[in-house]
Amino acid sequence: MFEQFDALLLARIQFAFTVSFHFIFPAFSIGLASYLAVLEGLWLKTGKTIYLDLFKYWLKIFAIAFAMGVVSGIVMSYQFGTNWSVFSDIAGPVIGPLMAYEVLTAFFLEAGFLGVMLFGMNKVGKKLHFAATLMVALGTFISAFWILSVNSWMQTPVGYEIGASGQYLPGESWWDIVFNPSFPYRLVHTVIAAYLTTAFVVGGVGAWHLLKDRTNAHARKMFSMAMWMATIVAPIQIFAGDMHGLNTLEHQPQKVMAMEGHFESHPDGAPLILFGIPNSEEKRVDYAIEVPKASSLILKHDLNAPLAGLDTIPDDEEPPVGIVFWSFRIMVGIGFAMLGLGLWSLVARFRKKLYDRPMLHRAALVMAPSGFVAVIAGWITTEVGRQPYVIYNLLRTADAASPLDAPAVAASLLAFVVVYFAVFGAGVWYILHLMHKPPHTGEVGVKRGDKGPIRTAGITPGPSQNPGDPDTLPRDHEEATNGR
Amino acid sequence: MAVNVDLTTIWAFIIAFAVFAYVIMDGFDLGIGILFPTFEVGLERDRAMNSIAPVWDGNETWLVLGGGGLFAAFPLAYAIILPATYPLIIAMLLGLVFRGVAFEYRWRDPGHRRYWDVAFTGGSLVAAMAQGMTLGALLQGIEVVDRSYAGSWFNWLTPYTLLTGLGTVAGYALLGATWLVWKLEGEGQDHARSLGKKAAWATLVLMVGVSLYNVFLNAEYAERWLTAPEIYFAAPVPILTGLVALALLRALSVERHSKPFWLSIALFFFGMAGLGVTMWPYVVPPGLTIWEAAAPERSQIFMLVGVAITMPLIIAYTAWAYWVFRGKVTNEGYH
Repeated sequence: MFEQFDALLLARIQFAFTVSFHFIFPAFSIGLASYLAVLEGLWLKTGKTIYLDLFKYWLKIFAIAFAMGVVSGIVMSYQFGTNWSVFSDIAGPVIGPLMAYEVLTAFFLEAGFLGVMLFGMNKVGKKLHFAATLMVALGTFISAFWILSVNSWMQTPVGYEIGASGQYLPGESWWDIVFNPSFPYRLVHTVIAAYLTTAFVVGGVGAWHLLKDRTNAHARKMFSMAMWMATIVAPIQIFAGDMHGLNTLEHQPQKVMAMEGHFESHPDGAPLILFGIPNSEEKRVDYAIEVPKASSLILKHDLNAPLAGLDTIPDDEEPPVGIVFWSFRIMVGIGFAMLGLGLWSLVARFRKKLYDRPMLHRAALVMAPSGFVAVIAGWITTEVGRQPYVIYNLLRTADAASPLDAPAVAASLLAFVVVYFAVFGAGVWYILHLMHKPPHTGEVGVKRGDKGPIRTAGITPGPSQNPGDPDTLPRDHEEATNGR
Repeated sequence: MAVNVDLTTIWAFIIAFAVFAYVIMDGFDLGIGILFPTFEVGLERDRAMNSIAPVWDGNETWLVLGGGGLFAAFPLAYAIILPATYPLIIAMLLGLVFRGVAFEYRWRDPGHRRYWDVAFTGGSLVAAMAQGMTLGALLQGIEVVDRSYAGSWFNWLTPYTLLTGLGTVAGYALLGATWLVWKLEGEGQDHARSLGKKAAWATLVLMVGVSLYNVFLNAEYAERWLTAPEIYFAAPVPILTGLVALALLRALSVERHSKPFWLSIALFFFGMAGLGVTMWPYVVPPGLTIWEAAAPERSQIFMLVGVAITMPLIIAYTAWAYWVFRGKVTNEGYH
């Protein structure tokens, strides 16, 4: 009995660890792929080399982040089978096809065009290269679409039938399954989160270089672009998050109860608990700082609307309140801090002081990693808030695991922890190293070796790993097509 | 062994195609990783790496399709095979982590390049060995009770699986060496050619070993290969394999372009056809057929629509990416 419990807990820790680590990279690369597409598009449209320089500056970083995302992602596609085989058997007929679609429509697209994006500008010319960049960016988005559809179905399962062997089988309409009730909200909220995460990284790097040299034109450009994103997108994200919360209240009320720390029902207006320490044993929030009736106002748009609490939910169906309560507050707190920075930068911008406010730059630097923290905190909120179920109200997490012995799961967990910290630690260090170098005119792209990178046999020699290098760029279209 | 063409059969062939595409395409990537320590530090290593840098990511995606497709089309097989080969799968994944990041890291950090080169080789070797042993563990049979794996977590470790693991390592090395014969010139090509010959002999010896073992491992496998009328369907496979092997050994002595690589692929194709004859119609020998493990028809149809639309596109743009980076990898003209 204890053995079984330990294997289960270890499998849960392993999934939480591998998925959290993995999520960091796509959260960054979804936004960065789009940013690269914007930069290259601006370069093609305006002909200004500053955009090309920035493109190449971030392309090097993208190459590393993307590689880490790929290798940690392959682990995820096998985690379902290795550690959650019962879940795979039972839910495979419904969610398996969605994940197959992710591979077919997203992974191949990203991976197929990545090589051309990184190394191919000289070989295919500017326009085809831009098309490749767009395909990589589109691939990252399509990937988010399918995997969030899968996750949303596990949160709000609909459109299924139950088969003879206890499997969940697809019902008549795949549309119902793909566009399940929480999916549109989760997709919007998560993709915006990825864009904001990237914007704050870009803004933080720009701020770092402005602090060292506020005349650096490249640093100014990236800081300005990032702050526009913060100003415009942070408020949209807060609105999208609110909509997502209302959707959760409708479909997964106990998750919202845990987020709010509502152990008790409030028949005439529930308070908004700003801070406090949830005490699950006594079923109350200690040292709570509350705004009376504000929770009902937010969730029901009515000060006196009744809100049910966890006292209406059987104890064995409650999520762990403490984790959900805290992770939710961390996410929301960062969201408002992002909004604050966006507004601050807007004021500075109107006063023509965007590049002359060291305090603003320091704040942006501090907030550079905030998107990652918010994304992980939000993910924990929604995943832990679904517990004790893996498929909400249908399949308990405890019933979904593989028939493995605890030592097997413990050994693999240990291996993942050691390898991930070593390998991804090195990768993050390389990325920080690249970010530390100031962006400048004549930036080089992804380099391969000191002497000379791959080239194809043919007439024109030229390093191809250096897309758009002034020395190697095709001079006109004719040469671009002939000069292979 | 009549083959009724139904959705489940179509899906079995789609998964087999994905696995084959993976084995070929990531096979030469992994093979180059396995052979990497024998390349000279500097230009030879850089060129070998550069010959696959633009395509390895797409190549590896076929593994996700193989695994994801198995999950989608045969969820029960996925739910049984992965726990049964648990340490192998974890080892493969971690190997692929090291292999994948080494592509980027070795250029980023010249001071530690030799360590990432070791990671590249180690990761490739572990991944190849684990894949071959997983195949062996599947062929030797997996114990299933009540829709789940019922063995212990070291049943996969036998002399037979070690043999299939080594066979896969040798086969990947052959693919990697012949790829380099195609992509390199001069000394690098000569080196790849001599490696290719050694890898070809190792692959052939191990293929014969695995085949003989198969026939003795399992009475049903033996019956399939050695008695009439099955033998008439099965016999062309080893005969054609032998012819391909002769052509390959000859090509490795005289050819300077892609021919040895295509013949290596043909060798893998017949090897895989042999596996198909051995396993059919089981997806998890000895007891679980493809029909017992198949997803319901609605799932199969939904995905088949997706495959029919996307697969031609995937093949087209993958081919385009290879075309863009075609030709010999050289460094002349940059010094």
